[in-house]
Amino acid sequence: MATQRTHIMVCGGTGCVSSNSLEMVDSLKTKLIEKGYQDEITVIKTGCFGFCGQGPIIKIHPDNVFYVKVGMDDIDEIIDEHIIKGRTVSRLLYKEPETHRTLPKHDDMSFYKKQYRIALRNCGLINPEDINEYIAFGGYEALGMALTEYTPEKVIEIVKESGLRGRGGGGFSTGLKWEYTRKPPSDQKYVICNADEGDPGAFMDRSILEGDPHSIIEAMTIAGYAIGASEGIVYIRAEYPLAIKRLEVALDQAREFGLLGKNIFESGFSFDIHIKLGAGAFVCGEETALIHSVEGSRGEPTKKPPFPSVEGYHKKPTSVNNVETFANIPPILTKGAEWFHSIGTEKSKGTKVFALAGKINNVGLVEVPMGTTLREIIYDIGGGIIDGKAFKAVQTGGPSGGVITTADLDTPIDYESLKAIGSMMGSGGMIVMDEDDCMVNIAKFYLDFTQDESCGKCTPCRLGTKRMFEILERITEGKGTMEDIERLRSLGHAIKDSALCGLGQTAPNPVLSTLDYFYDEYIAHIVDKKCPAGACKALAKYKINPVKCIGCSACARVCPVNCIAGKPKEKYVIDEDQCISCGACFTACRFDAVIKP
Amino acid sequence: MSEVFEFDKATEKLKLLDAFIETQSAKDEAVISVLHKAQSLFGYLPSELQLHVARKLDVPAAKVYGVVSFYSFFTQEKRGDYTINICMGTACFVKGIDKVMTEFSNQLGIKNKETTADGLFTLNDVRCIGACGLAPVVMINDKVYGHVKAEDVGQIIMDCKEQKGV
Repeated sequence: MATQRTHIMVCGGTGCVSSNSLEMVDSLKTKLIEKGYQDEITVIKTGCFGFCGQGPIIKIHPDNVFYVKVGMDDIDEIIDEHIIKGRTVSRLLYKEPETHRTLPKHDDMSFYKKQYRIALRNCGLINPEDINEYIAFGGYEALGMALTEYTPEKVIEIVKESGLRGRGGGGFSTGLKWEYTRKPPSDQKYVICNADEGDPGAFMDRSILEGDPHSIIEAMTIAGYAIGASEGIVYIRAEYPLAIKRLEVALDQAREFGLLGKNIFESGFSFDIHIKLGAGAFVCGEETALIHSVEGSRGEPTKKPPFPSVEGYHKKPTSVNNVETFANIPPILTKGAEWFHSIGTEKSKGTKVFALAGKINNVGLVEVPMGTTLREIIYDIGGGIIDGKAFKAVQTGGPSGGVITTADLDTPIDYESLKAIGSMMGSGGMIVMDEDDCMVNIAKFYLDFTQDESCGKCTPCRLGTKRMFEILERITEGKGTMEDIERLRSLGHAIKDSALCGLGQTAPNPVLSTLDYFYDEYIAHIVDKKCPAGACKALAKYKINPVKCIGCSACARVCPVNCIAGKPKEKYVIDEDQCISCGACFTACRFDAVIKP
Repeated sequence: MSEVFEFDKATEKLKLLDAFIETQSAKDEAVISVLHKAQSLFGYLPSELQLHVARKLDVPAAKVYGVVSFYSFFTQEKRGDYTINICMGTACFVKGIDKVMTEFSNQLGIKNKETTADGLFTLNDVRCIGACGLAPVVMINDKVYGHVKAEDVGQIIMDCKEQKGV
């Protein structure tokens, strides 16, 4: 193999692929052959870099130059200028929104500076479709250690000591879960990877599977060894075709290398993994529902106990762990429990990946140590709110979580602190909202989601979420009453106390939390019949477009409540507080100057 | 008989489906996998096809129907050549996906979950497709369109039509 002087890394995550990054890989390759550089320069398709808002991303090694928002037309310039002449194409570099400085290296960007990547360690660094690259970065070393040096009990001990907790939302100790699954005697046990990422607004599991599938295979095999299982199942959403494809490729390669199958590392331990596709049901993120779905049935939850660790898939002991949880396992074994334990807060160890989205400048995946404050995530890493608007709230935990306001921006994030302020960690979705978002409308959005996704098995969730949604709908239409607030509260608490599974028990959270923090917005909708953010259409008022208004006074003359002020031949203005939305002005105007809400 | 079995190549498709069913070791567990396969072959799952699957797997038809109606990925209605999947995730919601939905609905003259008379387009709202960095997102068949604005809708529809040669 010829010595290579440069690697061109092109992001191959879903975000960048949809902006033609795969075509860029082909174009780069063709161009390099044309110019005769194919032997010294390699083009590598990597997993997600995480900075999705700036995609497609191309990174050039060893120069460590990070190009953002690359288009097909920029490929020639990158080859001719950067690769051949060694000159950086400065117009493709990242510009910091606040300082307008151009930054060629990703380590200088505030988006990456405060991040600490454990679960995402290989994303954007290796070609996910080549097992050799994973191995070159220390891959399968942890599996080798576990199988040849440790007993299964020792592996569980290490995971327990590390303090790793489930990253899917529950926050239960992973080591304990493995221990409980190991204990009951059984001829067969199972490891299931929960890749049914249903939280709208979270995409870390998808990125890990697309960018580093081998880390999941390795960790599942370790889990299998620890609990005494010989079969693993990845339950993945059918909506993630790219992740499924990469996982299939990775499974084939692992089998070929003898890292899956019979007698791995000649330890006598055998393990294999197969994929089961989900079919679109949020409730399948709940482990008992997930198991029923794997068994080919409707994904309805059952009551616990018995826990899956005692009676799971095929009624055998089963450990269900989330993708991000698994991604943490190999480094914990190679670097030791103490190393992992030293990161994070007292009760929450390690890092957490958050999917930063919504009204924020730097949209993408960020991995930070537990205990980082929301302010650091939103302002330092996220670069603040789009267009310099005012921050209003951030929703964590998706449809099961709640809102966090300015008052709590400095709370160090971990499982306990988020719960204490009425939200939850969840899977790590973080939706940032600005002054234009109506909190009642957001609560309605989440309830619309949960009432639609409710499996219908238990009454509190099936009927309760539906009624809550209807009440919210009434309020956003200006038909709400003060009694509705009491109804929302009592229904919410009743559902929390009586629903069968996690989906139902947490469904009222977005409503209860917005009622706590944005009570005045509810009052504005109910009493003043106004939507302060102007998001609820039914409550919007008529406006006059000053560009089109010629000052004929026709509107003012027909207004039944005299809320249109102005002088003839000047611009007229509607007093929105007085407007009753009758539409008389709209009909009267002959110049299209009145804007319908 | 439903028209699903009258299409050309229907027998071939059925053969492919039956061959896939043969490869399944645990038949009662294979319902979801088989339905995925059936939908990828035929495009949708009308009752005749569900009955066929039930008989082949030797499970009650009620169970197959129960599964089909439970999961949002399965459809019992025939879809157009292009399924316009509008992402209804939270990130897309706060970035104004509702305007994009309305625009598609207006331009195509159909409501959510309906198909145009020429059988070209189906409008469908989907749960988060995990491309939140590109919000608002629309996915047409397998192609993802990011940062979609209401103004872009006309062009996207034109592109699909051009591709189809209409």
